[in-house]
Amino acid sequence: MLLIHCPYCEEDRSELEFRWAGEAHIARPENISAISDEEFAEYFFLRNNEKGLTYERWRHIHGCGRFFNAARDTVSDRFLMTYKAGMPKQMLPETGASEETVETYEATEGDAR
Amino acid sequence: MADYGADLVNRTSPLSGFHGGSSTVRLEAAPPAERISLRARAEDVAALSSALGVDLPVRPKTSASANARSALWLGPDEWLVIAEENGGLMQAAKNSGALHSATDVSHRNTAILVSGPGAAAAINAGCPQDLSLKVFPVGACSRTVFGKVEIVLLRTGDEAFRMEVWRSFSDYAFGLLAEGAQDAAV
Repeated sequence: MLLIHCPYCEEDRSELEFRWAGEAHIARPENISAISDEEFAEYFFLRNNEKGLTYERWRHIHGCGRFFNAARDTVSDRFLMTYKAGMPKQMLPETGASEETVETYEATEGDAR
Repeated sequence: MADYGADLVNRTSPLSGFHGGSSTVRLEAAPPAERISLRARAEDVAALSSALGVDLPVRPKTSASANARSALWLGPDEWLVIAEENGGLMQAAKNSGALHSATDVSHRNTAILVSGPGAAAAINAGCPQDLSLKVFPVGACSRTVFGKVEIVLLRTGDEAFRMEVWRSFSDYAFGLLAEGAQDAAV
């Protein structure tokens, strides 16, 4: 079972208590009624869906109920860091976390023969 | 006269008539209690604490008990306050004069008292939290999951827990606890 560190409860809790809440650090346009449809679509619908390191919002919905931010590797599913909502985007500490993603089996199976 | 339909005069506990447990776990439906869901800012905690007669805890996973009332930390600005005897929680919160949001959830929740040497094992049948005394000491409380329902768990003794659960889920929670109790006795 995946353990996720909640920055409000200050301990690791089971993934069963959490819900994913989309990409983090998306700023709502201040002049939202003035922007074009394309700009609105960019803000509202389009997400980067990056492979590897992503910044996401998570919610400890069956715990303290708080939203927080997490840096997660979408390939290895590893949580690299979590921090409180409202904080600026945190850089990963140099030790431990690697920017390189883990190769999946699907990605390498074609070359294996 | 024959018994027609619901008894509308006497209040019935959602868990009345439920039996379960094993040689190491005792399961009981808790007596009715008054409960409020309380939301408040950090600067209003002191006023609310003195009005309620129990100090609202500000550390995660902690609770406080005084004057037959318990205050359970659920989130940074959220508490569950339970009064087992002297009620009047809504009025007490109102008398504090502090800005807050209080909702009476006395009838939304019911509670199951789980005790005995196998109590933690029975709860762990459906709850992912570490219930060892080191990590979850007496007085610790947490909102968490139990099987597929949400609960609030409070440790009242070394081998005793109070499980707060929504009344419509209590049937399921009691049933899963009864199965956990059987497994804990094996």
